[in-house]
Amino acid sequence: MNNEMAITLTNVSKSFKYFSLNNINLALPTGQIMGFVGANGAGKSTTIRIIMGLMQADSGYVEVLGKSMPTHQTLLKQDIGFSSEEMKLYGSENLAWHIGFIKSIYPDWHDAYCQKLLKAFDLNLEQKLKQFSKGQYIKAQLLLVLARQPKLLVLDEPSTGLDPVARQEVMQELALILKDEERTVLFSSHNTSDVEKISDQITFIDRGSIIDSNDKESFLENWRKIQVELPVDHLMIPIANTISIEQEGRLAAITTNQFSPSIIDACQQQNIKVLAVDLMSLEEIFLANVNYRRQGENK
Amino acid sequence: MTIKLFLSQTDTRPMYLQIMAQIRQKVMVGDWKAGYQLPSIREMAAAVGVSVITVKRAYLELERENVIYTQQGRGSFIAEADELSNQLRFAELDEKIQQVLSAAQQLGLSSADTLERMNVQLTLADKLKK
Repeated sequence: MNNEMAITLTNVSKSFKYFSLNNINLALPTGQIMGFVGANGAGKSTTIRIIMGLMQADSGYVEVLGKSMPTHQTLLKQDIGFSSEEMKLYGSENLAWHIGFIKSIYPDWHDAYCQKLLKAFDLNLEQKLKQFSKGQYIKAQLLLVLARQPKLLVLDEPSTGLDPVARQEVMQELALILKDEERTVLFSSHNTSDVEKISDQITFIDRGSIIDSNDKESFLENWRKIQVELPVDHLMIPIANTISIEQEGRLAAITTNQFSPSIIDACQQQNIKVLAVDLMSLEEIFLANVNYRRQGENK
Repeated sequence: MTIKLFLSQTDTRPMYLQIMAQIRQKVMVGDWKAGYQLPSIREMAAAVGVSVITVKRAYLELERENVIYTQQGRGSFIAEADELSNQLRFAELDEKIQQVLSAAQQLGLSSADTLERMNVQLTLADKLKK
């Protein structure tokens, strides 16, 4: 089964003085794109560094493209494209120089695709990198990774710091990669709308723990916000599968992560009138999820 | 005082319409009764996390619908109309009927045919009740 998985993390933990990753389990099937969502400092980058073999976990097992990490990292890196804000390009050289450099290391470099990306990202080959804007710089980094067409792309915050136009260009290219069903993408982001658009799988991380992981359709299908009208002087009786209930006066909003018609039935049995059943955006789901887990921790 | 409105990101209506609907809802269930003073526009904007202009728009439209009235320098209040809560419930129903009628029109149904179809559904609903 593992050879169908591009990434598998099993009970991975890593402790630092002020932060720890706790028992991370993660599985990303080949040919899918996973959005890895968390607040700043939630543990996204640490998890990604462990996946890339840049950091050794204290315990647990990491497998990437069917081989264990970091044991086989040298071999694996031919097939993985990694990009992160911390990676620096040479400011005094231009993009053409960088392309030549990467090409000399990775024989799988695709010239035609590179040309297409140069156009799509609107990048200049001759201009020195230190004269690039932040957005151009990020796009240049991505181009150098994408044009190798690696089997697995691991991108730490690829859309952060990009303006809406550049973000669309980058997200569009990421979505196109999935035309090839052997290729897989893991990207972290705190921008939930990017994730909502292009991901197949979504994983939420908060305070060093995975709080939820599922395919996108299930997330959007299972989470609902139900607006209800309570009978006079009626306190809300807890209903199964609800995450939170906000109430003011006779109006209340029930959030559920396992929506089914039985919730509506349960309301009606309590003489609660259902006013609306709304789908939730990924942002609303993420926030509700984080708040719910944090409340649980504080109890 | 806490001000809580239940707004949705997946609701495709503009924010001011959602705010209006929520305020009407509070009137309908009797939480906000005739003469109740609404939060000021700025209080509401701050509590809900939307712009002042958006709340202003919602209040203006509600004033036009005679759901609230505004006194210069004092603030906005729920209208003193008799049976406002019921009026709003019926207005809400009428709006839904209007939507049905315009859908029927788009299909090219005559008034008689539209009524006919409504009757069929009514009979069905009656049967389900029994």
